[in-house]
Amino acid sequence: MLKSKRSEYAAAAILMAPFVVVYGVLFVYPTIKMVELSFTNAPLIGPGQWVGFDNYWRLATERQFPLAVWNTIYFVLLSALPSTLLALVVALGVNRLKGWVQSLVLAAFFLPYILPVSVVWRIWSWMFDKDFGIAQYLIAPLNGGQHLSIFRTIPLFMPMVALVTIWWLLGFNVLLFVAGLRNISKEIYEAAGLDGASRWAQFSRITWPLIWPVTVLVLTIQLILQFKIFDQVYLFTQGGYRVDTTMVMVQYIFRQAFQLNKGGLAAAASVFLFLLIIVMSVLQYQLLRGRGQR
Amino acid sequence: MTAAVADALAPPTARRLSRLRHLDLIGLVVTLATVALAIAWAFPLYWGLVTTFKHEYEIVKPGIQLWPADFTFENYVHVLLQTKIGLWYINSLITSGAVTGIVMLMAASAGYAISQLNFPGRTLFWWMIMASFMVPIPALIVNHFILMGQFGWVNTLAGVIAPQLIAPVTVIIYKQFFDSVPKDFREAAVMDGANEFQLLFRIYLPMNWGITTALAIITFIGAWNLFLWPFLAVSSEDKMNITVGITQVHDAFGVSYGRDLAVAMLAALPVALVYLIFQRRVTQAIMLSAGIKG
Repeated sequence: MLKSKRSEYAAAAILMAPFVVVYGVLFVYPTIKMVELSFTNAPLIGPGQWVGFDNYWRLATERQFPLAVWNTIYFVLLSALPSTLLALVVALGVNRLKGWVQSLVLAAFFLPYILPVSVVWRIWSWMFDKDFGIAQYLIAPLNGGQHLSIFRTIPLFMPMVALVTIWWLLGFNVLLFVAGLRNISKEIYEAAGLDGASRWAQFSRITWPLIWPVTVLVLTIQLILQFKIFDQVYLFTQGGYRVDTTMVMVQYIFRQAFQLNKGGLAAAASVFLFLLIIVMSVLQYQLLRGRGQR
Repeated sequence: MTAAVADALAPPTARRLSRLRHLDLIGLVVTLATVALAIAWAFPLYWGLVTTFKHEYEIVKPGIQLWPADFTFENYVHVLLQTKIGLWYINSLITSGAVTGIVMLMAASAGYAISQLNFPGRTLFWWMIMASFMVPIPALIVNHFILMGQFGWVNTLAGVIAPQLIAPVTVIIYKQFFDSVPKDFREAAVMDGANEFQLLFRIYLPMNWGITTALAIITFIGAWNLFLWPFLAVSSEDKMNITVGITQVHDAFGVSYGRDLAVAMLAALPVALVYLIFQRRVTQAIMLSAGIKG
């Protein structure tokens, strides 16, 4: 009995070892180092001096970081909520279809989701291209017959990046909603339909309450994901000017650490992002549990 | 639920709606709108693809040409011969393949140990893993870069791979699947003198082969599509992944829409193929990761 217990420990140690090493070296250690670095004035590589909360104070009082936080929130508002609602509408439509038509329609919505972000960027740069983009046929009439460089027009930048992001990621949300809708028993609708419940009554009294947990799930996944936005914003500003005006949080970290060599300040901004996402994740967990997700 | 159904059966709406159901105009409109939106959704991808088969003079010609007048592969031939796309492909294959292999092995072992073995610290590990899946990896970029610098892994493929190995979600899913394997299998195999490693690789993994392929596929797609970290970790063109490489070619050619898009389509090809072949597995894995059993 004792021997088998010891061999069980040994087996567990061997099986857990790779995970524990990776987890410790690449996750726990960098996290601790990040907090430590945020209290120093160190460059990206090399030693620095302890400066207390100076970096955090600077983040709060300078112009750029609050702007980056605001830009991120603005982007999240433009992308997360619309893509959740649109996905629900699309899923309700897709759910009515049958057979190969349904598979084809679902694939049309889902295919963009599996593309690398840089491919998405290339496709939409071409769609919106100032000189030859096909979207200019729609844009020019709205712009007094003139072609418009969409991603260099500051007020349009975030909404258009959000639009591209919705195009890119909508399929994921649609998939979750379709699965959620399929889980609602047909018999409930049959019973309601038999007694002549209106379409609206069926939606508001049956579908909506039952799909609500999926809605919360999708919305919170999108919120948490979009707060980490970097790729699209970076790519669409590439080669452009006035990067500062449209900068988002991760881009700020990137700029401070890798372009201005301010490791300490970048780490402080990272800690802020880190805590923000964790708070939101805990909130998500509470929301999902509170609503009693199945 | 019965209350909701009873509410929905209010008589006045019944007569009005029974007439509508015969016509079902709304239903038809919803279906048509869904199909129309699906076509709009697929269009940018189609438009990007069809552009790659046109000659450059045709691409910049005014008007909308939905099919190339003179179908050509010259853009593909040019990028295959004139860019480092072959090298980027190999780099992407190596890094995504290595990430997938290591993550799967590590997660299966850890998931098995936590699910099936008793050892001190088991609960603690489980809670740490559960807590860490909410951690924002982009917040760790600064310290991952510093760490890779200390390892001497900056600008190497190992440096691209390492930080991608944190995969708590995979461990969680494995643990849940291993939990549901009936104990009888285990007891019978132990009677025959099987050790823990044989149990894992001969019984538990083969019994969960479906979920293993599903998880491997989305891990691979995720690693192939990742942009931020490979973009930071590598600076020389020879070490780039394809998703990063294609954002660099623009400068090398000057403006050539056909070639830019051809490189992008080649970058998307493997993930698009994997998705089209393993559609069901991909959707299953995505729903599992999102917390809904599919």
